[in-house]
Amino acid sequence: MFSGAALGAGALIVAVLFAVALFLVVQALPTFSANPAEITGGEGFFSYIFPIVIGTLIAATIALLIATPIGVAVALFISHYAPRRLARGLGYVVDLLAAIPSVVYGAWGASFLASSLKAPYAWLAEHLGWIPIFAGPASGTGKTILTAGIVLAVMVLPIIASLTREIFLQAPMLHQEAALALGATRWEMIRMAVLPFARGGIISAVMLGLGRALGETMAVALVLSSGPLIASLIRSGNQTIAAEIALDFPEAFGLRMHELIAAGLVLFLITLAVNMVARWVINRHKEFSGAN
Amino acid sequence: MSKRIDVSDLNVYYGDFRAVEDVNITLDAKSVTAFIGPSGCGKSTFLRTLNRMHEVIPGARVEGKVLLDGDNLYADGVDPVTVRSQIGMVFQRPNPFPTMSIRDNVLAGVKLNSRRMPRSDADDLVEKSLRGANLWNEVKDRLEKPGSGLSGGQQQRLCIARAIAVSPDVILMDEPCSALDPISTLAIEDLINELKDEYTVVIVTHNMQQAARVSDKTAFFNIAGTGKPGKLIEFAETATIFNNPAEKSTEDYVSGRFG
Repeated sequence: MFSGAALGAGALIVAVLFAVALFLVVQALPTFSANPAEITGGEGFFSYIFPIVIGTLIAATIALLIATPIGVAVALFISHYAPRRLARGLGYVVDLLAAIPSVVYGAWGASFLASSLKAPYAWLAEHLGWIPIFAGPASGTGKTILTAGIVLAVMVLPIIASLTREIFLQAPMLHQEAALALGATRWEMIRMAVLPFARGGIISAVMLGLGRALGETMAVALVLSSGPLIASLIRSGNQTIAAEIALDFPEAFGLRMHELIAAGLVLFLITLAVNMVARWVINRHKEFSGAN
Repeated sequence: MSKRIDVSDLNVYYGDFRAVEDVNITLDAKSVTAFIGPSGCGKSTFLRTLNRMHEVIPGARVEGKVLLDGDNLYADGVDPVTVRSQIGMVFQRPNPFPTMSIRDNVLAGVKLNSRRMPRSDADDLVEKSLRGANLWNEVKDRLEKPGSGLSGGQQQRLCIARAIAVSPDVILMDEPCSALDPISTLAIEDLINELKDEYTVVIVTHNMQQAARVSDKTAFFNIAGTGKPGKLIEFAETATIFNNPAEKSTEDYVSGRFG
């Protein structure tokens, strides 16, 4: 009975995933057979999709680079450093942050964060402008891919923090005591007995965060004034797949609609590839996971 | 190195609850001292206060003195981290680090203290520690394999190797054989007999035959009832405790008659 229910649930997930993939492929097909000149940009699907794939990856990378260390640090503080009362309060706050709708983050990013980042961007352009990613002139509105990445980081942070906190709390006391009894400080104990135990969990949490960052539409659409692909992170320009679909889909018809669905298919494949890599990284150290 | 421990007027509290009352005891260098007594009598709690591991438990605190060759472990400015690197501990359940190889497990404590160590020195230390724990011949061909793949008894000896690799003055053992089969237990007991040539060994055990086999002196702890603090009832040569104890309650306990 139970095994039947479990099997059914598992089969349902695979079936739904397959149906989604099938829909994406079938609906995307006209794009690939269409005359390259008719595709947006006029040079075929690849030159249309390439810049926004890169834009998506840039925004997601910025988000994870900021959110992962901070999220893990917040989780460690809650699980191993904060006094118990403070830890509980902080835990609730982090869980609440994860529940805020993305449009709220988008509105905050567009109305507050972007304008307060104008001055720092100008400073970066002036002093570090020789680095291509900080090349000027800085955006006058602050609505750049870097701002979008920061907003995404703020959105992803609570997900990473609250998932990794749960993993850190489950780190076996047995091994933590072993480390302490060898004369480890609290930080050394965390490095010996907590972080190795939590490694797979941290990667999973980051992947879930990445999923949100890759697929986020509203916040990016509100915060980024999009444009063609450029290297500088502090000028307006760049676009992400999800925001492109959200902005253009309502008015799309015919080939343009198939084009956007094809873009969705590409996003789907990116997510799939990222998850498979993560799975592979987790499994590589299976022998030392402590599961045996 | 081996050092003597003098405990005077030690009380242990969990919050407001006094768990152990007024312990005065001297643990000789290069000898094995066993703590016996019924469950909940505070012997494990007391053992933990000897290397300040009780501080891991929220609300636990200590009043009194523990002198390691005259130096008070609870003096102001003494870092518990330093205390624990001098006084090693082996736990009830074997706990090698599951994410580390056998070799890295042995070196885990050493790497904390001295960051860089030539590979040949590290190899020598691994061999010496594993030989010291009577484990070398069993694992020398699979040092890079995970420590969690060993049997329970081997894991416990790996934990002992890990503890002696940092060359402590004292080794505390909290019921080290309670999760092991009789043959592994025998291996650990033989090892304890060898360890006392170099270290001060303190062992908590529920197995009175074990206390009689391995220890030079035995301390009997007891509680008057639930909610009362544990006390040190009697401390003497092991032969005296088991054959001719001074206290009635000690005699009742070692002969299997309670109350």
